[in-house]
Amino acid sequence: MTATTNAPASTRRDNVLLRFLRNPLGAIGLAIVLLVVLGAVLAPVLAPFGVTTADIANPFADPGGDHLLGTDSSGRDTWSRLLWASQLTLASAVLCAVVAIAIGLPSGLIAGYFGGPFDGVSSWSANALMSLPAIIVLLSVRSAVGPSVWVTMIVFGILLSPGYYRLTRTAVQSVRNELYVDAARVSGLSDARIISRHIISVVRAPIIIQTALIAGVAIAIQSGLEFLGLGNPSEPTWGAMLSEGFRNIYISPTLLLWPALAIGLTVGAFVLIGNALRDALEDLPKVRASRKATAAVAASGMTAGSLSGTASIAVEPEIAPTVSISTSSDPLPGVGELPAGDHLLEVRDLEIGYPAPDGGLTKVVQGVSFSIDRGEVLSIVGESGSGKSQTAFAVLGLLPSSARIVGGSIVIDDIQTVDTAAERILQKKVAPLRGRRISYIPQEPMSNLDPNYTIGHQLARPMVKLLGISRSEAKRRAIELLERVGIADPQRTFDSYPNEISGGMAQRVLIAGAVSCEPDLIIADEPTTALDVTVQAEVLDLLRRMRDELGVAILLVTHNFGVVADIADRVAVMQRGRLVEEGPVREILRDPRHPYTRTLLGSMLTGREPLTKLTEETTR
Amino acid sequence: MITYSLKRIASGIVLLAVICAAAYALLFVNGSSIARNIVGDQATEAQVEAKSIELGLDQPLPLRFLDWVGSALTGDLGRSWFGTLTVSDALTTRLPVTLALIGVAMLFVTLLATTIGTLAAVKRGWIDRAVQVGAVIGDAIPGFVLAVVLATVFAVQLGWFPAVSSIGPGAGADAWIASLTLPVIAIVLNYVTASAQQIRSAVIQQRDRDFVRTLRSRGLGESEILLKHVLRAAAPAGLTVLSLQFVGLLGGAVILERIFALPGIGQLAVTSTVSGDIPIVMGVVLYTVVIVVIVNLAVDLINGWLNPKVRVS
Repeated sequence: MTATTNAPASTRRDNVLLRFLRNPLGAIGLAIVLLVVLGAVLAPVLAPFGVTTADIANPFADPGGDHLLGTDSSGRDTWSRLLWASQLTLASAVLCAVVAIAIGLPSGLIAGYFGGPFDGVSSWSANALMSLPAIIVLLSVRSAVGPSVWVTMIVFGILLSPGYYRLTRTAVQSVRNELYVDAARVSGLSDARIISRHIISVVRAPIIIQTALIAGVAIAIQSGLEFLGLGNPSEPTWGAMLSEGFRNIYISPTLLLWPALAIGLTVGAFVLIGNALRDALEDLPKVRASRKATAAVAASGMTAGSLSGTASIAVEPEIAPTVSISTSSDPLPGVGELPAGDHLLEVRDLEIGYPAPDGGLTKVVQGVSFSIDRGEVLSIVGESGSGKSQTAFAVLGLLPSSARIVGGSIVIDDIQTVDTAAERILQKKVAPLRGRRISYIPQEPMSNLDPNYTIGHQLARPMVKLLGISRSEAKRRAIELLERVGIADPQRTFDSYPNEISGGMAQRVLIAGAVSCEPDLIIADEPTTALDVTVQAEVLDLLRRMRDELGVAILLVTHNFGVVADIADRVAVMQRGRLVEEGPVREILRDPRHPYTRTLLGSMLTGREPLTKLTEETTR
Repeated sequence: MITYSLKRIASGIVLLAVICAAAYALLFVNGSSIARNIVGDQATEAQVEAKSIELGLDQPLPLRFLDWVGSALTGDLGRSWFGTLTVSDALTTRLPVTLALIGVAMLFVTLLATTIGTLAAVKRGWIDRAVQVGAVIGDAIPGFVLAVVLATVFAVQLGWFPAVSSIGPGAGADAWIASLTLPVIAIVLNYVTASAQQIRSAVIQQRDRDFVRTLRSRGLGESEILLKHVLRAAAPAGLTVLSLQFVGLLGGAVILERIFALPGIGQLAVTSTVSGDIPIVMGVVLYTVVIVVIVNLAVDLINGWLNPKVRVS
């Protein structure tokens, strides 16, 4: 186990180091810090004068000669004092970081791993410490114990420890319940070993980043306090030198420059290192995402494979030429002959792509054509990643901004919404249609309502804007709509916030919103997937009623043939971005021609009770 | 909302009590050395003893603390040990300077950071890259070093601003503006990119949320969605970073007031710290913590007002 986890971890670390060094800012930061460290270590060799050696006869000397950077008001050599001071500066940064880690890390580990009252008390203390202005605390410590860099830095370390505490606690909480930690627990490892082996490895990287940033902050604060004259005057520090320069600004302006540069460059270097480390870690390939994708691929492969034995052998070669496949290379013979404008929505040869990392284009929808008439329910069926939702969002003009419409057209009631030259949906054309002519029912009811506004506001506002009615009229209509979609207490729901209602009710609210401005076409993206089975049937019922009462057309995107059987007039099957089969729902369900349709039907209906039985009367 | 507010207020009072007790214990624990410090090295043991008794430093610490709390609640924070001023007089004459400095600076930071951060999130492109680079630079340069440079260049060398502040009780508006402009610029330059960066991330994150797409599908305009829905959803994140900056500035003001020679409570804190005027230091701590508690409470209440979920839980 150790061997397998260590191998990828070490290559990962090399990777981070390489990325970090390739970042010019990170490399510059590291170089500056190394130079300062070198200067501090070699100060006894490099510094031409001692710390307190004063050339009284030669105050405020200009740079050059014996004094490389000149001298201060007592004739002390600036270059030497800068070098000597770097020792104290670096040591105080180290002390501060060590104290902060020594307090923050263990307490974060314990609070995150065990939780309980310790977590409560320590989190409250961390919040309290973070809400205090550091300098005020350090001033009162200085009042109590006198000038001491070390005490100051220990206290400052305590003040900074909540940073480590929070970081560790969050990281530990997120991995505590991961499977591999459970596995370690089951296999009998003690808590201490689990923490040291599995959890420390998770927090290591963020702690290194945090430490780089904290070292910078510590130097800045320490210099700030010395600048205020609160340090020990016998010790050379950059802050005190800055203060000296600032006091003598009229006599010798350059005196200010060197300590300011030293502080600025060193603090900046630590920040650059921290940022570069963060970038290096964040640029790593997203392991989680790719793993998920592979799993999905594997799963889809499995369902196809399990069915290939029964379906493909006998059927595939025989039916392939006769299936009504509509792709760009092989358009449906019937589609081209229809006069344009006869349909409410006509999508032809639609191709959607996204820029790929290699500079090319990944096509997610290829040559898809279909049409919908008024009052008709067309269902697009396919598994995740088949491009069905992309097609639906293209019609709404709500694709992500990186999407390209590589080819084809979308015509909504005679309005062409695709700008072929720009490879985009023309927002100017489609935006005025949204709400009024086409509307949308999403998949996840809860995440599709703004949690900060009441249901009533979210229902009434589009009506006020699009229909130009008064607020009170919009309110009356909204309550009427809520009643119509089967909400028992419409007034209360109207006044509720989204977090106060159930998922099923939220979906009814969204359906009410979709029909509020009497659109001609509703695009419903998996409208029942996130709901309980009983609520699913009710929502489908509601959609059917809306169709019957309002004569609205519905483009229903789903992966569920039960839903298709229940509500659709026609069905289009999509696979890997292409439309593979299209026709009246009865025909397709009874006699699927394309092997993929059979696969879908097989995987979805085998061993399950369909929501509605496929009898003559319901499929009518 | 009322229970929520009361809980936040109670939490703030607990924080105030804990910090005051800790600060009092830290500052007043060593009674005899305090008395020695006041009367000077040449004084006899008996004089130290007498001073100690005069100031009540011979009493046990908890008793003295309760005594202090009792007077503090009536507004009496004691007297300076080295002057004739009462602590509250010393602080209240200086507080307006500090509050004006921080308040005006944070007002500009808030307005600029919100505008820049939102623009960067919506427009992306060069303005976005500039915010990213600016945030790194803003982090990398210590605020007081930047302030020293600004003071040197614009007040000392170019003479565009007074190098020594002329504000105080009774000063006119022009004196205030002249004295505060440069320090406010120093703060804004140092703080604005960091908060703009945070606001940018929050706006980008909120614009990606499902409900934003649904609002678009309902036919609402981009600007209405951005201003009413996205910014409101992003506000808690922005408020958090701005309130942290405000608290940081209460400390940072101490150094800025020294650099720009502003007569605020930071200057008072430094001189009292050096001289060992502990009642004043304690007063500064108390005032600061009260301001911190008030700011945090205000942020909590604004968050509760903006976000119904916070109110309920």
